[in-house]
Amino acid sequence: MSVNDNLFVIILASAIFYGTPLVFASLGELLAERSGVINLGVEGMMLLGAVCAALVASNIDGPAALILPLALVAAMAAAGLGAAIHAFLVITLRVNQIISGLALTIFAGAAGLSSYLANVWGLGKNPAINQFGRMNLFGLKGVPVLGPIVFDQTMLTYLSWLMVVLASVYLFRTRMGMHLRAVGESPQTADSVGISVVRYRYGHVIVGGMFAGIAGACFSLTIVPTWANGLTSGQGWIALALVIFGFWRPDLTLVGAYLFGALSSLRFTLQARGIDIPSALLNALPYLATIIVLVLVSNSRISRKLGSPAALGRAYEREER
Amino acid sequence: MTTDVDSKAAIAPAVAAFGISKRFPGVIANDDVNFDVRVGEVHALLGENGAGKTTLSNVLTGLYRPDAGHLEMAGQRVSFDSPRAAIDAGIGMVHQHFRLIPTFTVAENIALGAPMVGEGRLMRMSNIEERIAELGEQFELRVDPTARIWQLSVGEQQRVEILKVLYRNATTLIMDEPTAVLTPLEADALTATMRSLTRQGRSVIFISHKLGEVLSVADRITVLRQGRSVATMDAAGSTRESLANVMVGREVERVQRRGTGALPGAPVVLDVHDLSSDGDRGLAALRSVSFSVRGGEVVAVAGVAGNGQRELVEVLAGLRPRTSGQIDVDGEVMDRADARHPIRMGVAYVPQDRLGTGLAPDLSIAENLVLKRYRRPPVARPPFLRSSVINAEADELMERFDVRAPSSQTPTRRLSGGNVQKVLLAREMSGNPKVLVVSTPTQGLDIGAVATVHQLLLDAAASGVGVLLVSEDLDEVLALADRIIVMYEGGITGVVDAQDATVASIGMLMGGGQSSEEVA
Repeated sequence: MSVNDNLFVIILASAIFYGTPLVFASLGELLAERSGVINLGVEGMMLLGAVCAALVASNIDGPAALILPLALVAAMAAAGLGAAIHAFLVITLRVNQIISGLALTIFAGAAGLSSYLANVWGLGKNPAINQFGRMNLFGLKGVPVLGPIVFDQTMLTYLSWLMVVLASVYLFRTRMGMHLRAVGESPQTADSVGISVVRYRYGHVIVGGMFAGIAGACFSLTIVPTWANGLTSGQGWIALALVIFGFWRPDLTLVGAYLFGALSSLRFTLQARGIDIPSALLNALPYLATIIVLVLVSNSRISRKLGSPAALGRAYEREER
Repeated sequence: MTTDVDSKAAIAPAVAAFGISKRFPGVIANDDVNFDVRVGEVHALLGENGAGKTTLSNVLTGLYRPDAGHLEMAGQRVSFDSPRAAIDAGIGMVHQHFRLIPTFTVAENIALGAPMVGEGRLMRMSNIEERIAELGEQFELRVDPTARIWQLSVGEQQRVEILKVLYRNATTLIMDEPTAVLTPLEADALTATMRSLTRQGRSVIFISHKLGEVLSVADRITVLRQGRSVATMDAAGSTRESLANVMVGREVERVQRRGTGALPGAPVVLDVHDLSSDGDRGLAALRSVSFSVRGGEVVAVAGVAGNGQRELVEVLAGLRPRTSGQIDVDGEVMDRADARHPIRMGVAYVPQDRLGTGLAPDLSIAENLVLKRYRRPPVARPPFLRSSVINAEADELMERFDVRAPSSQTPTRRLSGGNVQKVLLAREMSGNPKVLVVSTPTQGLDIGAVATVHQLLLDAAASGVGVLLVSEDLDEVLALADRIIVMYEGGITGVVDAQDATVASIGMLMGGGQSSEEVA
């Protein structure tokens, strides 16, 4: 038996595979939250992304190199549109962010728009014609240990790594990133030095939604890979917890995403090995872990210490006479 | 100095306002305001609350556009359609409530939103830090650019605010009540900074309602009253009295403690022993505080805001749990931590947040007046309230405490600050308390109302009530108190008899100094 069949190598490799949508989704939520806007609509936006990606990937003929990027763009556009609704409600109309986000998930979610569109478009009967397959990057798949973990992932995983690096540099090394953090920490201060709070918030909520769209596409284009109603199975909620778990930092969020990815993959890897743990328990593991994380950080004082943006969840209104 | 001023007057003023008017629905906030700031001058805008100082500074910083009148800078006509335009023209605002982000470093806060200089795509904090160090050197504003704001003292944070506008090349700095949050020592340092700025050709517009500091800092003073600029004078020839009269428009009498406080045999009505409590963040905010107040005595608690005063009064009022210690009211132990217990024991409480904590803003004056007595006769015949009694009592109390309002049915949110405070005092005194705890009772009131409130507090003491007065205003403390307790970082750094106290000696204790002897 080669070292690459070792249980830990397999768990790590599948942690990355299953964790990839979580990386995208939590990265998007992180951007929105850094601007001071919570978006509980992640799950709904992911489903919108998933259904639109599935539509493009299974209904349009063409070379995969063309169709797959197109599917991603469709996913980003649909989820970005969902995020724009949330942005308009909470930034312009100053609706409560929690309620608006929940409404978005319910509206777009498993019992809403996404399943309606899938019905209308007749999706879900067949696997997607075009999929993101595993890549065998540089032909290094066979390298011991690192091969399956690093070099045998899909394009989406490599894209997510690039995004994590870009987001880190953006947040902490560029002027725009600093302005974004200022808007999330103290919109009054940002406003007083001429930073447009409204523009930054709109921008990052919508871009955050686009990330959620890619996360959804990960399911319908690689993990499942076809359309199934509610195929994200609540992972959008896990992404929300991951932002907190990662202290609002892209790098730590990636680590958290893979931890939860490992938990999600355990049911497959352990069953394949014939290790007998009730599958219901394994299925529940990621959600159980989410609850534990949320309980641990629910205290606002702790959350503040972890680095929660100080103005998170609060509408900004310039004081005027 | 005089020749200096003359030569400055020869060149065009740094900033000048001509006939500025600004109206809001129902209010004329600025009405034909004229004044000019010379290059290298500290020019004070003096006025009571509501005199139009804030509106004027908002016009100067581009937040408001004036309805009439215009601004000139160095002889050129200018108009600002946004705060950014004013910043670009060289006008910088040092806000009273700091616009700083606690989790950011000094350098990040200063660079925030400022145009980038000599940078590529990525920020180079080291360039920014160097420039801040240079500015700090030039204007004697030393602060570590890599420190995070939350690690800094209030005085240092203010230096960051000043550096922020200097970093944007401001030639005229507007400082809005800059000493309100400072200890006397820090205020002295700020004065030195202003001198350093003006020496190097910058101009300062200094907004204040405190006569003393205006006289000591400013070169010239423009007094605003009811939106109009009523006079501009040289600080050199002015006195507190002359300024106060111009500011208010009539002769002002200052209330001064006349008696000698508690009689030697007067009973102790409030005895606090080893009291400790946590602040909102769960950290110790009040550390083993002990003191007592006798009937008929005014004991003042002085200190810079945030040194445990709020926690102290909230524990006394039963609004905050204590972690240890004992409180005796008139010889009885106060042992339950709820708000009703202290009321029953005779502790009256006038909170700092008058309309938020003190009164229910949407309820009428009459209803507010019985908020602490509505459970029992004669106001109630449980479970019903007797509105005839309530209204009759309200009329009587309004008469006695000189509350000016259309009727006892007026909601308290419509009252002026002075009348709000009178309603609060009327309610608290009508319960025949043994102890009256008042927190910054005159903050934000105009001079006339201040005198009335001071008189009411002295009246309360004269009737045998022990008054505990928490205040950041040293003039008020010195005018009213028999004894002064100074708090610093949750502890008491000194208890001084009012006769022996000076601003300098108390200021030293406010900054944590243990002994007042070296200063005096």
